[in-house]
Amino acid sequence: MALRELASLEKYLGLKKPNKFSTQGDKKVPVMQNNNAPPLVGLVTIACHLVKEAKRPELLGDSAEGRAVVQQWLEYRVTKLDSHAKEDIKSILKDLNLYLQDKVYLAGNQLTLSDVLMYYGMHSIILDLTVQEKEQCVNVTRWFDHIQHQPGVRHHLPPVVVLRNRLYTSRHH
Amino acid sequence: MELFVSEGNPHCLKVLAALEVTGVQCGVQFISHEEKVVPFLSRPALPALLLPSGKHLFSSNTICRYLFELNGQESSNQCNQWLEWEATVLQPVLLRALHIAVLQGKGSEVSSVLQGSLNVLDQSLCKANMTYLTGEAVSVADVVLWGALHPVLSDSSLTLGDHKSAKAWFDRVAAMRGCQSAAQKVLQGKGLEAMKGYMQKQPAPQSNQGRDTQPCNSNPTESEEGECVVSEKEMEAAVFTWRKDLNACSQETDKQHPIMPQESKRNVLITSALPYVNNVPHLGNIIGCVLSADVFSRYGRLRGWNVLYICGTDEYGTATENKAREEGLTPKQICDKYHAVHSSIYKWFQIGFDFFGRTTTEKQTQISQDIFWRLHKNGFLVEDTVEQLRCENCQRFLADRFVEGTCPHCSYPEARGDQCDKCGRLINAVELREPQCKVCRQTPVIRSSKHLFLDLPKLESQLEQWLERSTSSGDWTANAKQITRSWIRDGLKPRCITRDLQWGTPVPHPDFKDKVFYVWFDAPIGYLSITANYTNEWDKWWKNPHQVELYNFMAKDNVPFHSVVFPCSLLGAQDNYTLVNHLVATEYLNYEDTKFSKSRGVGVFGDMAMDTGIPSDVWRFYLLYVRPEGQDSAFSWADMALKNNSELLNNLGNFINRGGMFVTKFFGGCVPAMELQQEDKKLLAVVGWELQQYIQVMDKVKIRDGLKHVLNISRHGNQYIQVNEPWKKIKGGESERQRAGTVTGVSVNIACLLSVMLLPYMPAVSQTIRDQLNAPQSCINTMLQGPGTFVCALRAGHRIGTVSPLFQKLEADQIEALKKRFGGQQNSASTQPAAVPAAAVVAEVKAVVGSDPENAKQLAKAVAEQGDKVRALKSQKAEKDLITAEVSKLLDLKKQLALAEGKNPEPAPQKGKKK
Repeated sequence: MALRELASLEKYLGLKKPNKFSTQGDKKVPVMQNNNAPPLVGLVTIACHLVKEAKRPELLGDSAEGRAVVQQWLEYRVTKLDSHAKEDIKSILKDLNLYLQDKVYLAGNQLTLSDVLMYYGMHSIILDLTVQEKEQCVNVTRWFDHIQHQPGVRHHLPPVVVLRNRLYTSRHH
Repeated sequence: MELFVSEGNPHCLKVLAALEVTGVQCGVQFISHEEKVVPFLSRPALPALLLPSGKHLFSSNTICRYLFELNGQESSNQCNQWLEWEATVLQPVLLRALHIAVLQGKGSEVSSVLQGSLNVLDQSLCKANMTYLTGEAVSVADVVLWGALHPVLSDSSLTLGDHKSAKAWFDRVAAMRGCQSAAQKVLQGKGLEAMKGYMQKQPAPQSNQGRDTQPCNSNPTESEEGECVVSEKEMEAAVFTWRKDLNACSQETDKQHPIMPQESKRNVLITSALPYVNNVPHLGNIIGCVLSADVFSRYGRLRGWNVLYICGTDEYGTATENKAREEGLTPKQICDKYHAVHSSIYKWFQIGFDFFGRTTTEKQTQISQDIFWRLHKNGFLVEDTVEQLRCENCQRFLADRFVEGTCPHCSYPEARGDQCDKCGRLINAVELREPQCKVCRQTPVIRSSKHLFLDLPKLESQLEQWLERSTSSGDWTANAKQITRSWIRDGLKPRCITRDLQWGTPVPHPDFKDKVFYVWFDAPIGYLSITANYTNEWDKWWKNPHQVELYNFMAKDNVPFHSVVFPCSLLGAQDNYTLVNHLVATEYLNYEDTKFSKSRGVGVFGDMAMDTGIPSDVWRFYLLYVRPEGQDSAFSWADMALKNNSELLNNLGNFINRGGMFVTKFFGGCVPAMELQQEDKKLLAVVGWELQQYIQVMDKVKIRDGLKHVLNISRHGNQYIQVNEPWKKIKGGESERQRAGTVTGVSVNIACLLSVMLLPYMPAVSQTIRDQLNAPQSCINTMLQGPGTFVCALRAGHRIGTVSPLFQKLEADQIEALKKRFGGQQNSASTQPAAVPAAAVVAEVKAVVGSDPENAKQLAKAVAEQGDKVRALKSQKAEKDLITAEVSKLLDLKKQLALAEGKNPEPAPQKGKKK
């Protein structure tokens, strides 16, 4: 999963020659082979490295504070989101929904790596929501919909339909 | 910058060490583990760093890394890798280790848990042969890993033993003074014992990594249908409530006017923004103000609150003055005419004002002047000379709205004299670049005259104190808070309260005797004066903040006047005024994805809704269903038809009708005996839960959400009937027949509950349901009490009335015709330069439709009805103004009829610019 994510990120960043990835351990932690340096381990570490390689530093934030907020959500992604138990989903959605209430992107006014990786991480959760549940976290779904429509971000993931005015999933009818 | 930490929290150890090591300047606060610092996180999360921008960082590694970056040390790839490893691999292990050591007291088992991670650390250090993790200098990775490991390694029973490289590194970092002092602060020399309090609050760690290998969303035990899980306890509680009696002491269902605050009750004063008199309200105005407030006031009464709902037309101002000049009437006559138009539209929409008044009254003058003198006496008015634009060609000072020009802030070429529609900033008309008189397009000249200003900066601190209280204790919508914040952030300036006009409340000060109050100062005082026209004891509502809670409903463009400007007037007047407690602002409702616009003839206006043939209740339902709560929404004909057919007809109407029909057909019109089984109890619990949710969201004025819970209940009901098939069981044996009876009985009782929950939304349908079920009126006072009380209101043996369908299908061709009628005239209407008054809009719309027999039939009916109404008014010797207005409406209808029949009508009234 993480590997497909990194491959999508590479495409999004427009990196021409793809890097070599593998995984290690039961948790399938991604590893990136590096010709002249030791391999890099960990999704966020590799992703940040790819962004730098692509010379897109703005994706990591444009100020010390902005960079901190980006890192905050990257850390959230690999700690809270990736290891969540089923019963945590509600509170994750609730918190994010409140956070995104007055925001277009997770960090400031432009797309950053945190949006991309959080989008990848949230995809399976959002996919499973009923329309009604989606409506309960409109800010999250609005953000999600916005990110999935950013050119080049979606790649390996199917689009999730975010309906605004329907009440139920179709299976009830 | 402020860092929030708690004692005994291992993560706080990391950040405090990072703070000491980097020497970054930052306040530190020790608080308890359970204290919430980060506003959007539902669980307490410490440490947390409040950034200068007001944002929060809420996890230790991010904070540490930020502190190092502030100190000029950006983290390298290696650093990142260690931090990620610490957060994702080491922390889960450490949590387990600490759990075992601190809470289970089995310190000896810890080393086996940690073994793997320590090996990784040791090997890496050994291989790289460096002093620190990432090189020869201390980095954020060293501090973070040291902080993470310190608690377990500080316990004497644990040693790093064979991990020689790791031990050397650990001791090196631990020797740093910053680390020592942080350890002292967090653990207080108590070692692991210090963390007991913290660990007890943490969820127990998973016993093994089983979950890690299994994706969370493929849990096989998850029920496919997503059915609600209801506990035995909830079912018992629901059945207990079900068996309760209806409220014996039935409250007065009829309001006794005048409604006055009462000692023992929650006294709720509701206002909706005063519509400007010569705008015919469109659906957006209706949902934004009067309808939303109406739903909430009806709901409040069901909750047993003592509610007063006040509104009226805002009548003073240049727009009225101008219009009067054009039509050759006095401003008063214009106001009379359009006040009646407003009244009749709201009446059709069943807006249940307790009083619908107007601002052009004697009371308005008295109260405005009183507030004025108080502000004057208290020194909150300042005098200044104002430069104003005067059009020499039109021979008058130009009101803000009669000037257009280029916005000085964003260069939008069509900015109005008071506000730019593009950037939303307020503008002083003389600041406009290239100003033009909107009427004659000449360039106005600047003239100066003396005016009075409300000294907002002097009131700012009082205002902020009050806002702090009101927004934290009341239910302010997010947009209301945000708009208010941004106004205050931009800084308050004195605001001019006087104008060189005639049609307004006269300024009583002798130095300003030819002037009137500016409408923004004057209009909100209308709430008070309209109440004063309702009751002489108006001050029991308006000077009684301890007993009265005030709700203001409006669209978001009106927020600053209600949250900043008007409260400043009242605060400065120092007369114990009731200030707004709950400010409820909607976003905008768009029409088929464009804005409502009278000038372009786009959209549905209040008076047109009436002759669509669609009942007022259905309009209300759909407008509330798409109420722009939280974000803009759109009115769409197709969607309206869809919602009518799917939600009202197939879901709600179908359920209510089925229950009633079964009683009539199978049980001779009498509610059968009910023997509740597990399934029925479960349904009662689910319905009870939806009812509770409904009350919770409605108490917070989430009107659209409330409607969803209503529809959920009828959906549950439909499923219940579908599964139990009473129409088959009735033909079976004794026990099957009894089952059919129970299902039918429970269903009609749910229908009865629904009628109450629907009352705020669809008052007529709600009453029809109770009439059909012959339900006791006391159910209205029972069901919404407390957290929700779903009682069995229709007991076995209760005889119901005649049941008939509640809703009608909206056919596709019917909707298509309406869509054409109200949206298709853009081309022809766009040739009209300016907005046109209500009647003219209607006439125009009809003109486009041309000969239309179907419409003509409806109009003929409307003409007949209106004729009856006028005759009735005349016979009742109603007020002359009212009759005049109704007559003019009749004439308009006749004109439309002529158009629809393809005859040549009289020329449409002269078009003129309105507000």
